[in-house]
Amino acid sequence: MNLKLKALTKSLWVFHAACSPCNNCDIEILDVLTPRYDVERFGIQLVGSVRHADVLLVSGVPNYKTAKRLKLLYEQAAKPCFVVSIGTCAIGGNFFRHSYNFVKPVDEIVPVAAYIPGCPPKPEAIIMGVVKLINSLKG
Amino acid sequence: MKNLFYYTVFPGFLFTVTLGFLSSWLDRKVTARVQWRVGPPLLQPVYDVIKLLGKEIIIPQGAPKFLFLMLPLVGLASAILVSTMNWLSMLDAGSGFVGDWIVVIYLLAVPAIMLILGSFASANPLASVGGSREIKLLLGYELPFVMACLVPVIKAHSIKLGEIIAFQASSGILLSSVSGVAAFIIALLCIQAKLGLVPFDMAEAETEIMAGAYIEFSGAVLAVFKLTKFIMLVASPLFLVVLFMGSEIKSIVGFLFVLLKYILVVVLLVLIRNTNPRVKIDQAVRFFWGPITALAVTAIILAMIGL
Repeated sequence: MNLKLKALTKSLWVFHAACSPCNNCDIEILDVLTPRYDVERFGIQLVGSVRHADVLLVSGVPNYKTAKRLKLLYEQAAKPCFVVSIGTCAIGGNFFRHSYNFVKPVDEIVPVAAYIPGCPPKPEAIIMGVVKLINSLKG
Repeated sequence: MKNLFYYTVFPGFLFTVTLGFLSSWLDRKVTARVQWRVGPPLLQPVYDVIKLLGKEIIIPQGAPKFLFLMLPLVGLASAILVSTMNWLSMLDAGSGFVGDWIVVIYLLAVPAIMLILGSFASANPLASVGGSREIKLLLGYELPFVMACLVPVIKAHSIKLGEIIAFQASSGILLSSVSGVAAFIIALLCIQAKLGLVPFDMAEAETEIMAGAYIEFSGAVLAVFKLTKFIMLVASPLFLVVLFMGSEIKSIVGFLFVLLKYILVVVLLVLIRNTNPRVKIDQAVRFFWGPITALAVTAIILAMIGL
């Protein structure tokens, strides 16, 4: 495995893009950083700016306001940047899919590298999603 | 040629970067243990920097390209120089020149100034907010910092780092005197602000201004900023070690002893960082210009009367 890929998989910096979620997923995401799960062991940390990010973690339903901003965020990120859509809302719209302001699922707006289903997903499921992402990067 | 070797290899770039990686890991590990977590592996800062070097560099529209790319390098170069001068004056007390104390204080301010210029060069409103906070903070802590660093100069009657160390070797470290302790506490708090650690990290507050001054930097440019931070984490505590508990390095044991003192200062900084919330910029400036400057004046008076 080459050094660049190894360094990338060992230090994934996450930018959390909240596309109008109900905050349940966000609470579970913060759980993953707490002492019980502590993903900083694997070099994962939250960053403040999307320019620093390797992973764009999208939660919530993309609606008319957030969908174009999500696209803009992805364009602003320094590549390689992988999108992970977390929660059933981001994956398929959940029960908001027939709502008047639902646009499309996240993977039709930006390319998605990994999905973490659940409403909300448990911290274990989020870590599972991270493992899937890393394995897909390693090929 | 010998100076080039000093600057790039032994006490300079390579050695300092290695030590910087280790102390950054120490910072994160101690933070994790304080929060009852496991913390990152030993090579984590190395992975971070290698990863950033491999990423795309984005130059924002309207940003001056040359300034945007050059400023971090200037900051890095001066941080390395500070570390080299500190190590050299400990390795050989006669190696410095008269007035290197002043040069070190100037060079320690350069990375902060480069960060300010870099944030204004990145054409982003949040970066400007971060940059203006960094300016106010710089104005706040520089005065008490210079006054605290004056105490060893008054005691040793010299503005040469080597002679300050030689003075401490002959008549005890400065931390054993009342004025020395007061000045050390002031300088420690100023270093905390200089390194942008938590009570004084309003210039890069992730949660309110999204990494502030660093917001537009990406890829290798951000990696250089990270390296500068790691090296500042070596250079500025080391300057405190030289000024307040300096000793000449004559053997491996002496080297390990200096390293131990350095680690002690870093752990103190990390503990202060972990037990305090972020203060507002006006609170920080009031803190530095009020009680801290008053304490610094007291320390200088105490040093003048020989305590």
